[in-house]
Amino acid sequence: MLDALMLSRIQFAANISFHILFPTITIAMCWFLVFFKVRHDMTGNPVWMRAYRFWVKVFALSFAIGVVSGITMSFQFGTNWPGYMETVGNIAGPLLGYEVLTAFFLEATFLGIMLFGIKRVPNKVHTLSTILVAIGTSLSAFWILALDSWMQTPAGFEMRDGVAFPTDWFAIVFNPSFPYRLTHMLIASGLTASFFIAGISAYRILKGDVKKAPRLTLKISLLVAAVLAPTQALVGDYHGLNTLEHQPAKIAAIEGVWETEKGAPLLLFALPDEETKTNKYAIGIPNLASLILTHDLNGEIKGLNEFENEHPPVAPVFWSFRVMVGLGLLMLALSWFGSYHMVRKGKMPNWMLKVLVGTTFSGWVATLAGWYVTEIGRQPWLVTGVLRTEDAVTSLPASNVAFSLAMYLIVYSFLLVAYIHTVFLMARKAVKEEEFETNEPKPDGNLTNVNQPQDNVEGSAKA
Amino acid sequence: MMDAYWLPVIFIGLMGLSVLIYAILDGYDLGVGILLPMGEADEAQRDTMIASIGPFWDANETWLVLAVGIMLIAFPAAHSIVLYHLYIPVAIMLIGLIMRGVAFDFRAKAAVDHKLAWDRTFKAGSILTTLAQGYMLGLYVMGFEGGISTHLFGLLSGLGVTAAYSYIGAAWLVMKTEDNLQQRAVAWTKTTGRFCFMGVIAVSIVNPLVNPGVFDRWFDFPLVMFVLLIPALCFAAFLFNDFLLGRLPKENDRHCWVPFSLVMLIFLLCFSALGFSFFPDVVPGQMDIWEAASAPESLVVILVGALVVVPVILAYTAFSYWVFRGKATSLNYH
Repeated sequence: MLDALMLSRIQFAANISFHILFPTITIAMCWFLVFFKVRHDMTGNPVWMRAYRFWVKVFALSFAIGVVSGITMSFQFGTNWPGYMETVGNIAGPLLGYEVLTAFFLEATFLGIMLFGIKRVPNKVHTLSTILVAIGTSLSAFWILALDSWMQTPAGFEMRDGVAFPTDWFAIVFNPSFPYRLTHMLIASGLTASFFIAGISAYRILKGDVKKAPRLTLKISLLVAAVLAPTQALVGDYHGLNTLEHQPAKIAAIEGVWETEKGAPLLLFALPDEETKTNKYAIGIPNLASLILTHDLNGEIKGLNEFENEHPPVAPVFWSFRVMVGLGLLMLALSWFGSYHMVRKGKMPNWMLKVLVGTTFSGWVATLAGWYVTEIGRQPWLVTGVLRTEDAVTSLPASNVAFSLAMYLIVYSFLLVAYIHTVFLMARKAVKEEEFETNEPKPDGNLTNVNQPQDNVEGSAKA
Repeated sequence: MMDAYWLPVIFIGLMGLSVLIYAILDGYDLGVGILLPMGEADEAQRDTMIASIGPFWDANETWLVLAVGIMLIAFPAAHSIVLYHLYIPVAIMLIGLIMRGVAFDFRAKAAVDHKLAWDRTFKAGSILTTLAQGYMLGLYVMGFEGGISTHLFGLLSGLGVTAAYSYIGAAWLVMKTEDNLQQRAVAWTKTTGRFCFMGVIAVSIVNPLVNPGVFDRWFDFPLVMFVLLIPALCFAAFLFNDFLLGRLPKENDRHCWVPFSLVMLIFLLCFSALGFSFFPDVVPGQMDIWEAASAPESLVVILVGALVVVPVILAYTAFSYWVFRGKATSLNYH
């Protein structure tokens, strides 16, 4: 049952699921930091710097875990999936190579200056370093998504003796699903970072933090989420249309459509059964799936039966999709409701703060669910139409893979607990920290005076 | 075709360069981790030691990703063989890298009573990573032959690399620290240098004995007169460093940077010796660079980018070292 193939698949899924959590946070959080820093440089208002200082620490921690788990990822291709590089190495290699050359070094080097260099370089160089790190993280996403999209919808290559050779690099990078997938991922990162910042800011306020920085970051993150959530729904719709065109089997699994049908219902709940090729306990809205996917009430959706043994496992794709969309809708509602409160009243009822603390990591769950839809939905192909997953796996004995898998699982679960624990610990520490730190004038240590007149954020918050 | 001949040569050169830069840069920060003194009274020194590598470790590690990346891109066939044989030590090294990478960040943010535990994790991760890398180097040199002697040589090589990284780490500290910690670092450099020297001797003896091809190459008259310059220079560098360390620290901290430069030279020499032993094989005794190379059209695409980007990377790496020049100060986010 658990052979090297299954173990390698579990290990890859575990590694990538753990790794993706951290870039998902850092890609967008770094742009938040750029925003805080630039606002500080423009206005001179210290509250922006306080927001920057707190979140740069969280960023550094998230980044460190992202880096080390990313290095692990980069070894996975060679250790567990040698057939992958042997077949499509001519295409995957340069894409991964460009990620290292253009993104890794940039972010890793300027991160040092961003984190530790503020007193050693002119302020402008420090702001520039923050911007370069942000560009680096986004470039990373660009190359990785280009590769992943190419695996989903390969283009610009020819096969010679079972090996893929590039013919058109532009077509390879800008393959049919790439623009949709990249946009979808970047917005997912934006939503994840927004809800993370909102959740921790809400937690600080609940813990009695009366300073302005958490209120400011709460408001900004909710406003960003309020714009991104509906945008994501729109981008997701286009992404779906693109998938229907290029990977109809994935769409059939997402919708739980077994027989090709016109006017397919949108299933809200069902238990897809691979044995009988039917859905149990299906509850659906008539014609809606056809309407969404084909923009026609009676549009035809191909059923799974047309992809005999070539379609992905249905239940995980079907359910992951519903988790992702459900969380997306929840985020939409929360961000709109929260923004309304913050903009209109400048504060928020306690129960709402508690809800936001509860959804601190909602972006993680939604992103993971989205990746499962995408990646499990690609099965049984590793590279659509080119390479099957089972043909790429290592010939190593299963015991070796079991050993490494066990180690990763132990380390990852420990790290996940430590990470979440530490982020909340840092938030609690920040509640007690003084508003004014080291390199700023202190109002004679008089902490009751923290609401300085020049600190006019409250004013702008009400505007 | 010219491309098919020269591209693999260029890429093995690039790969060699990134392995060498990796060994020097991550070598010193792993070494600092290995040397971490764990006594309770040493906390301040641990802070300074870790602060001395804080701004650099992440970028240092990226050279490993680049080296493995180049092997993956340029020599996919070799990449599969190498990683097939090194599966378990690679997994152990990755766990080590994870441990130290995260411990570095957690130690500053965790509750006070957890800091010592994270420091221990940092040290353990550094040792694990180093041993695994040395073991892999040993297996590689032996051409992945099975058998007890290969594993023994792997262990020997693991100890050798641990001594070498500690040596360069200690020399880094001589340059970046002052007062009591610097004095301790001078003593560490002296001791680890001697261990490292013995390691180099041991590997130099064993390597030609187990690889007849390597023996022939090294003792091929008259080339032998020229290539023996490498061990001669290496020996001189060890000796001179040992002598100099007896006189450090000097007034006004003169020459504090010399030991680190000498260790860099030793790394360069040992690395050239290994390269000389095996080129053009990419898996010793099994596969040369032309057999392992991937399609020229892919290599050209990467090469064009690398020629533009690598100088930029070197430039901003230099900028970063310049920004954080001088003695290590306490690690503070601001």
